[in-house]
Amino acid sequence: MATTPCKYDWPAASDRKLIGKRISRIDGPAKASGRARYTYDTNPPGLLFGKIVRSPYAHVRITSIDISDAQKVPGVKAVRIIQNEGTEIQWEGDEIVGIAATSEEIAEDAARKVKIEYVHLPVFVADANLSAADQAARTKVTKDDQQGDVEKAFQDPDAVISEGFYGQPVICHCCLESHGTVVIFNDTPSVKVWQTTQAVSNNPGQYAEVLKVPASSVEVICQNMGGGFGSKFQVDRWGIECARLSHDAGGAPVKIMLERAAELQVAGTRPSLYGHIKVAAKKDGTLTAWQSESWGTGGVAGAGVPPLPYVFTGIPNQKIKYTAVSTNTGGARAWRAPNHPQSAVLTMGALDDLAARLNMDPIEFLTKNIELAPEPLRKYYLDELPIARQLSEWNKYWHPRGQGGSGPVKRGLGVSVHTWGGRGHNSTCNVTINADGSVEVALGSQDLGVGTRTVINIVAAETLGLPLEAVSVKLGDSRYPFSGASGGSTTVGGVSSSTRRGAVDARDALFEKVAPSLGVAADQLECANGRVQVKGNSAKSLTWKQACAKLGTKPIQVTGKNPGECNLSSSGVGGVQIADVSVDTETGIVKMNRMVAVQDCGLVIDLKTAESQVFGAMIMGITYSLFEEKIADAQTGKTLNANMEAYRLAGIGDIPDLVVHMMTGPGYDERGPVGLAEPPTVSPGAAISNAVANAIGVRVPTIPLTPDKVLAALNGNEKGATA
Amino acid sequence: MEAFEYARPASSREAVKMLASGNAEVLAGGSDLLQRMKDSVSTPGRLVSLRDARDLRGIEYSPAKGLRIGAMVTLEELAAQPDAHRHYRAVAQAAEKAASPQIRHVGTVGGNLCQRPRCWYYRNGFGLLAMQDGNSLIPNGENQYHAILGNSGPAYFVSPSNLAPALIAFDAKVRLLSASGSREIPLADLYVTPHSESDSEFSLKPGEIVAEVLVPPSEGSSAFYEVRQKANFDWPLATAAVALRMNGHTVKSARVVMGQVAPVPWRSPEAEQALAGKTIGADVADNAGKAAVEKATPLSRNAYKVTLARVAVKRAVLRAGVMEVA
Repeated sequence: MATTPCKYDWPAASDRKLIGKRISRIDGPAKASGRARYTYDTNPPGLLFGKIVRSPYAHVRITSIDISDAQKVPGVKAVRIIQNEGTEIQWEGDEIVGIAATSEEIAEDAARKVKIEYVHLPVFVADANLSAADQAARTKVTKDDQQGDVEKAFQDPDAVISEGFYGQPVICHCCLESHGTVVIFNDTPSVKVWQTTQAVSNNPGQYAEVLKVPASSVEVICQNMGGGFGSKFQVDRWGIECARLSHDAGGAPVKIMLERAAELQVAGTRPSLYGHIKVAAKKDGTLTAWQSESWGTGGVAGAGVPPLPYVFTGIPNQKIKYTAVSTNTGGARAWRAPNHPQSAVLTMGALDDLAARLNMDPIEFLTKNIELAPEPLRKYYLDELPIARQLSEWNKYWHPRGQGGSGPVKRGLGVSVHTWGGRGHNSTCNVTINADGSVEVALGSQDLGVGTRTVINIVAAETLGLPLEAVSVKLGDSRYPFSGASGGSTTVGGVSSSTRRGAVDARDALFEKVAPSLGVAADQLECANGRVQVKGNSAKSLTWKQACAKLGTKPIQVTGKNPGECNLSSSGVGGVQIADVSVDTETGIVKMNRMVAVQDCGLVIDLKTAESQVFGAMIMGITYSLFEEKIADAQTGKTLNANMEAYRLAGIGDIPDLVVHMMTGPGYDERGPVGLAEPPTVSPGAAISNAVANAIGVRVPTIPLTPDKVLAALNGNEKGATA
Repeated sequence: MEAFEYARPASSREAVKMLASGNAEVLAGGSDLLQRMKDSVSTPGRLVSLRDARDLRGIEYSPAKGLRIGAMVTLEELAAQPDAHRHYRAVAQAAEKAASPQIRHVGTVGGNLCQRPRCWYYRNGFGLLAMQDGNSLIPNGENQYHAILGNSGPAYFVSPSNLAPALIAFDAKVRLLSASGSREIPLADLYVTPHSESDSEFSLKPGEIVAEVLVPPSEGSSAFYEVRQKANFDWPLATAAVALRMNGHTVKSARVVMGQVAPVPWRSPEAEQALAGKTIGADVADNAGKAAVEKATPLSRNAYKVTLARVAVKRAVLRAGVMEVA
């Protein structure tokens, strides 16, 4: 960060009235009471309901489509073929025909009357089995690298070696609000879109390009949304078809919200990752070699290369092979910290097994090897590990493997570390100070669940010395200035930086207007406690309203940008998590006792929403560690659990005491706000899996840690359920 | 969901008349049926709601006659009934653990006894026996939740009712009602293993409904144990109900019935024998568990359920003997 002072710099700790405090989100009451309106709640007059006819099969070629009976159903206003005869369908649920009708029921009735014939093609979905994928010619090696000499390192007589198999299946995002859109597309041309999206400012261009209308004629609105987690960046095919159905229906509004089954089939997954890992260390615990042969799928296109070894990238000798597996399943999308959680399961699991082989406390083992993590992460981990140790009562509850107690229920603790980038994204905002004293910040951002409105409000109010309620925040509409997509944990860094710059400039413009009446130069003024005053002298001051009255008929309107002058955000955060579990060794059921997260995100803007992000991440992490799996039947390619009964998520009773400690103060604050949402979702799989290994004395190779796998591991069937 | 007629008669007599013809299904709490209709697994032309059939409500207990539970009693009402707790603990425990609080408030006793299997293949439209091209998809498929007993095929699904094993452990009967009259059968006989796609998993005749459950007087102690991964709203992996008649500290006779392990609630004479004449303790309970799964024939992915069923029986026995379990 900048070492020379800059006018936009974040206020010093002693000057912060709002930043870093525990502040409830300003739209909380509207959301909790149901007043907040979502895409799903948008029902313009004359609304038509859209339905998509989807392929019931995972791999087929369409041989014929007959929509004539569907078109005849009274109340049907438009029917469109989305994918034509001859098209090869690569996953179950892919879109073939779109229908708009005056009621959802009529649209469904019409959908049942669409006749589609298919030729079946060979289905492959068994991604856990690499040799089967090879045999089916569904593999592509996308990384095959080495550095140093792993063979030599493994042959060193002093080397302690651990070899194991680790992994996790494909999972889904499970947004509370499914994907969907309401569109009015008429010949003006005008395309008005309500969409549950992480990218309000980016979406108009995508509609414009495909619909061949000027981008200026497209407006995208998302005032509130029920989660995205990386699955809601782009304009989806159903969004485009929704617009086309609206156009075909004479510009009537059309709504398409995905049913839960479709949501689980086509609206995004997190790729699987499995791997055989071999690691070596000297007897003192110093890591010397890493070898991984891993693979995974994110659908037909395979999946991206995972960052292995995770965090401990400086292991001197490495041999790394990764194979992308192509399966007939709905495609992957970014899922909180793409590839990091999976890589943590493989890396932290392997390192934990090696520590057990070395008879080392895993925290000491990670600390011993901290030099193998890149700067500046080392310092964060060295700060955080002792705090996590204390908060988890590690010294009381951790024990060498297999010493989890004498009864059938064994307790254990496990640790993992993680990282993420998270530099603030590009953001532009308009800051307006009106003569009546009202203040508005407007930008084309969105609140994915971050608390975006709240952090903008805090930064603007802090900068102007006003209470929160004196500032109004407007977002969720593409007519406002461009602000980046909410992805990569970049939103708070981006919008708080643009807001800070805009608010400082607006404030300085106000000082220019006010200075003459206070008889000092503008640079001698400050905003504090709802007043504009001579620095340090509240006797020479005006109330905010009096000061703004000096504007006459001309409000102050300035634009704040990120990036810009002065570095207000940075990249690279570190976090540590410790899971505390009890395992019933007779039933294989894992219960969480406690979960501790110690997390860095640079400067905390709102401590409460920051902690909420970590709570949410841990809940999601516990869920994928214990329950989640998208299960496709190898014989039919069908996703068998595409519903919220069989695709299981944790309930409140499955969530233990969650302890969150945010790192703040020197060494953290001066970096400005850095990404937070994703990093704490990374470690749960590894930490919980390690805790189970600590409890029962053996590794359960793959998550989710379901009873079948836990019992298999206890019975010595190390391959568990993926045999 | 396809269009359907909806009828809400004022009595059970009227209801069974409306069920006598056409493609009609009976609607109780609806927590199972409506989902099946949304998924097009069931497509009734007419729904006959029992909501206003007051004669199907109410729980009565007398020491001489035992317990009578109307089919429309909710799981929550049953779980909160003091006589059920006092005299039929396994039944109350089965009711109070089922599904989630929301479902227990709408789900009925009759609906729980008659709910259709949760088999993924059935729920995805492959039919009760999960057949494709004349072969069952189960043996080579995702059979981790399927049957470990009574599974020689072609039925591999498991009977999903929580209440049935507990009630059968008390030799409960059900009174069935149809347009042509009423009959009583042992609850155990309500369940049958289908042998072809056209068979049902219930012995109900077309248009026949469960009107009430009659549980004979009981002395002795009982318990229900459920192995379930999630704290709430999750299907059990294995359940066991144990009812003991005692002679001092010795078991005079025992009933052991397992759930989620076979296409029907699975009574285990082997476990019952292992308990008869014994004093309840850790070894005896363990032996009963082992005996209960002696004849288990797990499928490719569900060997773990043999362990879980064994543990469920063991723990239910210990609970019935008022011992602490994990």
